[in-house]
Amino acid sequence: MPTVKSLDDLKKIREEALKKQQMKETSGKKEVIVGMGTVGIAAGARETLKAILDIIEEDNLEDIIVRQTGNIGLDSFEPIVQVILPGQEKVTYGKVNGEMARKIITKHVVGGEIVKEYKIEG
Amino acid sequence: MAYFRSHVLVSIDPVCVQKGAYDLIHVLQDELVKQGLIDEVEVLETSRIGNPDKEGPDLMVYPEGVHYTNLTVKDIPFLVEEQFLKGRVAEAFVHEAEENLDEEFSAPRSKEVRVVLKNIGVIDPLNIEDYIALDGYMALGKVLTEMTPEETIQVVLDSGLRGRGGAGFPTGLKWRFIRAAEGEPKYMICNADEGDPGAFANRRVLEGDPHSVIEGMIIGAYAAGSSQGYIYCRAEYPIAVQTLKIAIDQSRNLGLLGENILGTDFSFDLEVRMGAGAFVCGEETALMASIEGKRGEPRPRPPFPAQKGLWQKPSNINNVETYSNIPKIILNGAEWFASMGYEKSKGTKTFSMAGDVKNTGLIEVPFGITLREIIYDVGGGIKNDKAFKAVQTGGPMGGCLPVKYLDLPMDYESLGKAGSILGSGGLVVMDEDTCMVDIARFFMEFTQDESCGKCTPCRVGTRRILEILTRICEGKGRPDDIDTLRYLCEEINENSLCGLGKGAPNPVKSTLEHFLDEYEAHIYEKRCPAKVCKSLIRFEIIDGTCTGCTLCARNCPANAISGERRQTHVIDPDACIKCGICEQLCPYDAIEII
Repeated sequence: MPTVKSLDDLKKIREEALKKQQMKETSGKKEVIVGMGTVGIAAGARETLKAILDIIEEDNLEDIIVRQTGNIGLDSFEPIVQVILPGQEKVTYGKVNGEMARKIITKHVVGGEIVKEYKIEG
Repeated sequence: MAYFRSHVLVSIDPVCVQKGAYDLIHVLQDELVKQGLIDEVEVLETSRIGNPDKEGPDLMVYPEGVHYTNLTVKDIPFLVEEQFLKGRVAEAFVHEAEENLDEEFSAPRSKEVRVVLKNIGVIDPLNIEDYIALDGYMALGKVLTEMTPEETIQVVLDSGLRGRGGAGFPTGLKWRFIRAAEGEPKYMICNADEGDPGAFANRRVLEGDPHSVIEGMIIGAYAAGSSQGYIYCRAEYPIAVQTLKIAIDQSRNLGLLGENILGTDFSFDLEVRMGAGAFVCGEETALMASIEGKRGEPRPRPPFPAQKGLWQKPSNINNVETYSNIPKIILNGAEWFASMGYEKSKGTKTFSMAGDVKNTGLIEVPFGITLREIIYDVGGGIKNDKAFKAVQTGGPMGGCLPVKYLDLPMDYESLGKAGSILGSGGLVVMDEDTCMVDIARFFMEFTQDESCGKCTPCRVGTRRILEILTRICEGKGRPDDIDTLRYLCEEINENSLCGLGKGAPNPVKSTLEHFLDEYEAHIYEKRCPAKVCKSLIRFEIIDGTCTGCTLCARNCPANAISGERRQTHVIDPDACIKCGICEQLCPYDAIEII
């Protein structure tokens, strides 16, 4: 990225970053977000993240973006995994272990069907 | 007739059979033979236990009455080892009622308003583009190109933002003081030393949205005329420190930190300084001493940091949450911010909710919300549907507020009037099973531990209070103890050097005020009403309810329980160490605390 020398430069970077995000949305890519703050990691988020990456590799899945984020505030439900499918609302899952992650990836991310029993409402 | 100590009932409901119930029985028997348990554990077939459509095959172990589901053949060796050899329940396979699952996963958090936490969970903290895409650093751009430092300070003043570290001093005013102060360079400091047990808001913001803090600091530096900043974070927060360092590098590489920011003649740079995690280092004068490389001890004020701070130069210290609010105030305007909140406390506040509440975690709500709304609507109520007893606000220096304060609006003034503080936003919720004398003792143990020892009232006074509270909890309380405690609280509060000492008596003062009857029960009746203080309770087995299952006797670490099989057991009070394991294990609620 070039250095920002003025407010206009910054605005350009913002536009590009926004464009990248919109491209992600319109390119039909699916997003899986794992909460990787201290609480999440203590609750096993690293294992969950690793499981997700393993599943994607094993099953040769494409067009899935796996991202990290901080703790969203629902500590008692960590590890938390969120799934955003193109054009759909974000779905938040709680207490996700490796096994549950597999179900979420195969059923929801690939199959498009929300795994209701793991979902956190609200 | 052979005598079996345990019976396993396996469901041979058609569905379970189809799911392999008979295989399970064979493997179970083989495994019991292998472990030499076949003469002690009998495997029986039964019709239907749970809902085999959903979870079968089902299995029930008596006398404990544990219901296992979802078993496969390969789980059996582990189960046999845990359940029959080691005598403990294999939690992983225990049947979980479905209703519980639904209830647990429905978390109504409708009363939250997210300003500081807005980006957390949305952006990748390690990717500056994510932050910029959501108008990140736009507030900095606006300030540097359209506003003078004085105008910036005015917006912050008009917004009504007050320090989120606890003292609640108007942020704009603080910035005006340092701007007016003489001396160069001026330092911008972020207090990220979060030492309260039960508080984690700062860590959360630093880990999830580090750029909002950095941007807030750069704006503050512009307003104050500062060229160098420090973020003081404890070493116990390694992920926060790491995230911050990466974020600072990214901003610097982009030219948002360093020389001539955004092509203007304003320059500012930032460093992370790690502390060893001493509670007193959250106190601003001690924090500055620590950055200078000295012992983290407070010094008397004045002079205030705005005049003589870090290395005797004008310095400004704000909390993580305070800085994180700044970019949003600049972008959305002072009026927007001031429209949220209550009387003299504007905006939102994050609370770290912990203790006996259903949904623990970090929340952000507008000022003026009541404790009842926070605990019941956002927090989901008290765990295990027990009764609410008290809530401690503001960390170890806060007071414990009883039921009558549930409708208290949360803001700096109301909490102060109620004998507590807002502090850094810790909320420890306590249910009916909490002993308030024991809680006061616990917090005093903490402050006594963390006292730096520089001033006598805090060093010696907290020690004396702790001794008295410990004595009361041990059933050796004396009639004059309550007066002595009150006297010590006053003295420590008035004569201590810093906030740690001044606030240390708060838990004792507030529990004395609201829960005096519990102190009296301990002192005069040698009784702990909440049945917590070990010296004042004993465990007894209720005759008639006990089935003689031997579970308690087998698990008692002190071998204090004896009795014949199928006969009522007894606890030897002299041998009992009051660990409570028997009470937790007893499936028949036959053990009582007296």
